[in-house]
Amino acid sequence: MSGKPKLYYFDGRGKMESIRWLLAAAGVEFEEEFLETREQYEKLLQGGSLLFQQVPMVEIDGMRMVQTRAILSYIAAKYNLYGKDLKERALIDMYVGGTDDLMGFILMFPFLSTEDKEKQRAFIVQKATSRYFPVYEKVLKDHGQDFLVGNNFSWADVHLLEAILMVEEKKSDVLSGFPQLQAFKTRISSIPTIKKFLEPGSQRKPVPDDKYVETVRRVLCMYYDVKAN
Amino acid sequence: MSGKPRLTYFNGRGRMESIRWLLAAAGVEFEEVYLETKEQYDKLIKDGFLLFQQVPLVEMDGMKMVQTRAIQSYIAGKYNLYGKDLKERALIDMYVEGVADLMQMILTFPFSPPDAKEKNLDSIKERATNRYFPVFEKVLKQHGQDFLVGNKFSWADVQLMEAILAVEEKIPAVLSGFPQLQVFKTKMSNMPTIKKFLQPGSPRKPPPDAHYVETVLKVFKK
Repeated sequence: MSGKPKLYYFDGRGKMESIRWLLAAAGVEFEEEFLETREQYEKLLQGGSLLFQQVPMVEIDGMRMVQTRAILSYIAAKYNLYGKDLKERALIDMYVGGTDDLMGFILMFPFLSTEDKEKQRAFIVQKATSRYFPVYEKVLKDHGQDFLVGNNFSWADVHLLEAILMVEEKKSDVLSGFPQLQAFKTRISSIPTIKKFLEPGSQRKPVPDDKYVETVRRVLCMYYDVKAN
Repeated sequence: MSGKPRLTYFNGRGRMESIRWLLAAAGVEFEEVYLETKEQYDKLIKDGFLLFQQVPLVEMDGMKMVQTRAIQSYIAGKYNLYGKDLKERALIDMYVEGVADLMQMILTFPFSPPDAKEKNLDSIKERATNRYFPVFEKVLKQHGQDFLVGNKFSWADVQLMEAILAVEEKIPAVLSGFPQLQVFKTKMSNMPTIKKFLQPGSPRKPPPDAHYVETVLKVFKK
């Protein structure tokens, strides 16, 4: 037992990627076990490791944690990325809720038909530029600080950077109307732990491809069609 | 300003019901504003009340809180329903998130097309009896305590209780294979704040009907 957190998921982004980002931002090294076959998944199920029969699962501090939000909240609190009091935590939770909703639209993207992908891309960009990005742009403009909450680096900053980069992958100039977010992106990307995570060879996963989709479908027996928003 | 939390939502369950449950369980009185027209909703957005243009909205302690989970976490934290330390909080979060996935199926049910309703009902039954209820049955059996986490009443108990009742409304005999959950349900029902919430005249909302669905669709119409 290495003492490092161990992540159980597919070799790809999905719901685990936000957890990888947060651990990396906190400077925490972690191990990964990649689900490749149905047999592996069934073995985890039979072994009782997956509380609700689902991944992500993270072994950390003697717990087998499931449920992405629970895992992220635990990591944020443990590594002091969750604000200094209840009210800052509430703000962080609100902001993370927003970026979570936005990234949720991107999560299903690889599983859509080619035709639906175009529709969904437009939907993602529209929501990002009309509902989500303006909020964070205003927050940063109003207080003029480097970080979203309490003048301190937090989970909210990590999550927003992740969301920005993911939306940029769908439309590279999406930040063009958002000068504060452009500066934020540069600033947060320069934080040493994040900079390291953004370099090649880190545990950051690439944009999901057909192989990833195929693996997920095979392991989860998830052969139904996913609908666009 | 009364000092009480003020909830803005439709006059119905939806995503606000879990918040009503939690405030009620904590013994906190609250006010409600009901969304009935698109104009009301548009005005809320225009006046800057809805951070992401969405409800639920809960005005509390000087904040305009949105995002259901953020609101619930704040209430749980404030009223000591969130465990005694990080690890208990982690357990509560895991349980609550699991139950929330089940509640999501019930949330969307009234909005599904008529020809999908039977299939969706079967899915709810399958998930409740094969994925979610067995977990909590086992947790209660293993530690033999009254409450899910840390031998103390918490958000997790409130959320599970809400889910049990919501599923029972759709599948009345759903707890028949779960003796621990039956006992749990009875115990929760007898807790004073919950007992009060379960009585007629409380802020608890009835199961969604056609009028509720109609109102939601009308208010959100583009």
